[in-house]
Amino acid sequence: MAVLNEEQTMLRDMARDWARKESPVKAYRKVRDTGAAIGFDPQAFAKMAEMGWTGVIIPEAYGGSDFGYLSLGLVLEECARTLTASPLNASSLAATSALLLGGSDEQKSAWLPGIASGETIAALAVDEGPRHAPDLIKARAEASGDGWTLSAEKCFVAEGDAANLLVVAAQYEGGVGLFLVPAEASGVTVSTRKLIDFRSHAAITLDQVSLPAHARLEAGGDDLLDQVLDRARAGVAAEMLGLAVQAFEDTLAYLKTRSQFGEILSRFQALQHRMANLFTEIELMRSVVEGALEAIDAERDDVPVRVALAKARACQTLHLVSRELIQLHGGIGMTDEHDAGFYLKRARILEAQYGNGAFHRERFARLNDY
Amino acid sequence: MATTEMTRPDSTAEDFRAEAAAWLADNFPQSLVGKENLLAAVEGDSKPDPEAAAWKKAMGEKGWGTPTWPKAYGGGGLDAKQARILQEEMARINAWNPIGGMGVMMLGPTLLEFASEEQKQRYIPPICRGEIRWCQGYSEPGAGSDLASLQTKCEDKGDHWLINGQKTWTSGGQWADWCFALVRTDTTRKHEGISFILLDMKSPGVEVKPIRMISGASPFCETFFTDVKVPKDQIVGEIGNGWTIGKRLLQHERTNLSGGGRMGRGAGPTLADIAKKYVGVDEQGRIADADLRGRIIKHDMEARAFQATARRVTAEAKSGEVSLASSILKNVGARITQERAELTLEIMGMQGLGWEGEGFHPLELGSTRGWLWGKAVSIYGGTTEIQNNVIAKRILGMLDHQ
Repeated sequence: MAVLNEEQTMLRDMARDWARKESPVKAYRKVRDTGAAIGFDPQAFAKMAEMGWTGVIIPEAYGGSDFGYLSLGLVLEECARTLTASPLNASSLAATSALLLGGSDEQKSAWLPGIASGETIAALAVDEGPRHAPDLIKARAEASGDGWTLSAEKCFVAEGDAANLLVVAAQYEGGVGLFLVPAEASGVTVSTRKLIDFRSHAAITLDQVSLPAHARLEAGGDDLLDQVLDRARAGVAAEMLGLAVQAFEDTLAYLKTRSQFGEILSRFQALQHRMANLFTEIELMRSVVEGALEAIDAERDDVPVRVALAKARACQTLHLVSRELIQLHGGIGMTDEHDAGFYLKRARILEAQYGNGAFHRERFARLNDY
Repeated sequence: MATTEMTRPDSTAEDFRAEAAAWLADNFPQSLVGKENLLAAVEGDSKPDPEAAAWKKAMGEKGWGTPTWPKAYGGGGLDAKQARILQEEMARINAWNPIGGMGVMMLGPTLLEFASEEQKQRYIPPICRGEIRWCQGYSEPGAGSDLASLQTKCEDKGDHWLINGQKTWTSGGQWADWCFALVRTDTTRKHEGISFILLDMKSPGVEVKPIRMISGASPFCETFFTDVKVPKDQIVGEIGNGWTIGKRLLQHERTNLSGGGRMGRGAGPTLADIAKKYVGVDEQGRIADADLRGRIIKHDMEARAFQATARRVTAEAKSGEVSLASSILKNVGARITQERAELTLEIMGMQGLGWEGEGFHPLELGSTRGWLWGKAVSIYGGTTEIQNNVIAKRILGMLDHQ
């Protein structure tokens, strides 16, 4: 565990307490069973906003608390432990990062207070295929008159079904830019996709959408998209850490109660070593995930390398933990009545989101000139 | 004379081939090619195609659905060579066997070995005709890997047995007509207190509840027995000998589960094909993602090693040797099945993570559900951990430290 300041400790404890009491896995199961396209409970999200979690990285001037990425990561981790379904990560971390890094004062004033209050849900729309590939963006924004005409086919947009604001990556004459598109703009079509985690991963078509001149995020430089993606990746890794920790704890608790051959399972050395190995991997994972979030807060220049390391290791570790979760639970973990399957399914989604392990190993290699 | 002896079996074989071909031509209409309902033996066919029903009836009466079982009990009475010829002739015209299910795969062979003459006469012919669907009552919520700790009680009430308890993973329980179960006739002895019993699923007190799995609907059920009365003559073998009989039956199950050498061969696109389609190729035509490519290569090599081992085990078994390598097949088979599913998912990216509905090809949805379902392969029929115990203790002689 990173060394936390008093505010961070309080925030983490509050999140842990709320998730356990108010948002247990049972709440996620209920969301899953209703099959709502938005994939979360708006009342629960309103509570999260009320507690200030939607504004953790947003400056006070725009209605947030400016506690930073590590602080938000702690909230995401705790909420992920009980599989809390909410747009916190997509809206208050990923899309918010785009506004923070690329937005003008006007753009920030226009959108950040709404995100901080939870009234606005923003989604980052980058990928156009099933595998994360920010180098292959075909979406195009053409300058027309004093504004833009944007056309794009985006897919698997996290929280796209509930979003009022889309942050869309598209080619323009200066390279790849990020454009602010209100979801109700004419020409925007959102199609629900049902994935294994029953969360929102919408396909979004933008057909000749007319945007004003100030729709593009102009600050942040040429690598704005990369900077935003690195923050989004670190947020996903924080969520993965929560899943891994809880999957591990649930497995450990099960091995301590289940008995076969007249012996509690946790007394079998073969299983003890499996758990010791998972514990080791999760400790390694925590160090690199927190390291990435701290690097972002400290505005270090090695953020990309640290994020690649964090996401690659997060994918590797959560993959292993989620497999062991099912195997060590045996038949009961295979049933829908048990929660284990939820963790397995959500794990694979997060592994794929914003680049899987192979993607980030390759990125790590390139950044380090291997 | 030597020459006659050499040729006679062959001419008999050729006679049989001609006979089988003629009979199959008469009874298997080509309109049934590809219409095999693999689940019919488990689920029953609600709207059977009249041609399929006639084909099943013909095969059942002929006994060729269970070709090597004795004629006296409704089997085909064929020897191994004739059975192989029949299989070849069926394959030649794409005919499929309409007789199957747990009765054929597991119970029948066990009854032939352990049941009384009356029981054989009563239970085997309906299996050969595919009339009775059987389910297996083995596992209990508290007795999985440690099956012998099962608690379902079977009490002697003089003129009948009285059964109380719960079974789980009763595959096809909601459709089954009869159940073969392991029950406890003696609570004072662990293994020797178990008996093997046959019971009618329509008996009062039997309740079946389907289990929903992480992959969705499933054939598995929980089965509850509350004061179920079972006639005295329905225990197979000696009272208290159920563990021996039940384990023998599990051998039939494991033979069917390891998948032998058929894994990763023949049907369907290879991982490399799928990867080239979803990930693309570089200028030299290689899978564009080098890291993924390396792992696919490693996986394919392991699958080849597994196939080679399965072939070696078969060859060694034919030569009468007991192959130690057979002990690794279930675990390696499970590992390969699961790794292939995980790699497929990774290759397809988000497209391989769909649950249902718009935006996904049926093959993509199928591979996702298959991946989830495949997590069971290393759990059922003896978990990977139990199989490793078998290897360590029985083959390597590594005993517990105490």
